[in-house]
Amino acid sequence: MTINFDSPEDAETLARLGRRLELAADAEGLLDVAYTTVDSPVGPLLLAATPKGLVRVAYDVEDHDRVLSALSQRLSPRVLRAPGRLDAAARELDEYFGGRRQVFDLPLDLSLSSGFRRLVQRHLPEIGYGQTRTYGQVAALVGNPKAVRAVGTACATNPLPVVVPCHRVLRADGTPGGYIGGPGAKQALLSLEAAA
Amino acid sequence: MSTGTKPPFEKLVEQHGGTVLRVCRVVLGVHDAEDAWSETFLAAMRAYPDLPGDANAEAWLVTIAHRKAIDVIRARKRQPAPVGDIPEAPTALGVPGDGDGDLWQAVAALPDKQRQAVAYHYVAGLAYAEIAGILGGSTDAARRAAADGVRNLRKTYPGATTEGAPA
Repeated sequence: MTINFDSPEDAETLARLGRRLELAADAEGLLDVAYTTVDSPVGPLLLAATPKGLVRVAYDVEDHDRVLSALSQRLSPRVLRAPGRLDAAARELDEYFGGRRQVFDLPLDLSLSSGFRRLVQRHLPEIGYGQTRTYGQVAALVGNPKAVRAVGTACATNPLPVVVPCHRVLRADGTPGGYIGGPGAKQALLSLEAAA
Repeated sequence: MSTGTKPPFEKLVEQHGGTVLRVCRVVLGVHDAEDAWSETFLAAMRAYPDLPGDANAEAWLVTIAHRKAIDVIRARKRQPAPVGDIPEAPTALGVPGDGDGDLWQAVAALPDKQRQAVAYHYVAGLAYAEIAGILGGSTDAARRAAADGVRNLRKTYPGATTEGAPA
């Protein structure tokens, strides 16, 4: 049957219904993982949060679809585009990239990492804005000076880049070292902070 | 907790939101379709972690929409219905196909089972065996209900053809 039940306003209607679902799911405690994407000078960033706090920041090069699939499997499949919960994170990132914010003041959910990696990631915010440390210095900071390589891994697997400042950790020879967002993104963040 | 490679719930909304909206419109009319859609996806999100990873997500969503629509139909029958199910004025709801008020009246006039079978087969594209699972009864009965529904629609809405329908 070629009866047409479509409507030109379908896209608009579905957008409105999506917003309504976001609010209802949140009110009923079903919004296990909320996410949105924001533009930034280092490309589009995916932001995801659980009820506990910001749980993931992902660069475009990480492939946002893959990141969302991983969140669905590791945390909960109740993953919904729901920008409301990410309002504060989006605003603070915007201020940071605009040079108007040096410290992030957001509840964080570090449940994607565990053990030594989590320990390192918890300490990274102690490296202040515009400062840098070597992987070895961070190893000493967390009380395990020999764990230089493990600190490198902890930085490389940081689920919250930019907000948890793994970009402030460099090689002993002063070169930037690897970065989850690519070397260009790391350099851009270091330049941003050096200019302030 | 989650089995296999279950996609993020948002993917279900993206992929099947439009189909569920059209199904709700056919079964309930434009007026109640949005409430049924919202109830459907909220219930689906609640149950999603328990859905087997290899389940047919669209058939599952249509099954939930069917139950939500029955709730609405029952509630309507309990209270005196407003005159006519079609909104009198074109609204921001976007009455599909302007000038097709006849079609909507013809669809609304179908017996419940026929209207549901038409929606699930011709709008959602479900197989008759799946529709039988939703409506109860046999696959043949589901096929007959859809065929009767189309025949009745043609009587009042001659523009309907079965071209392009799923087998």
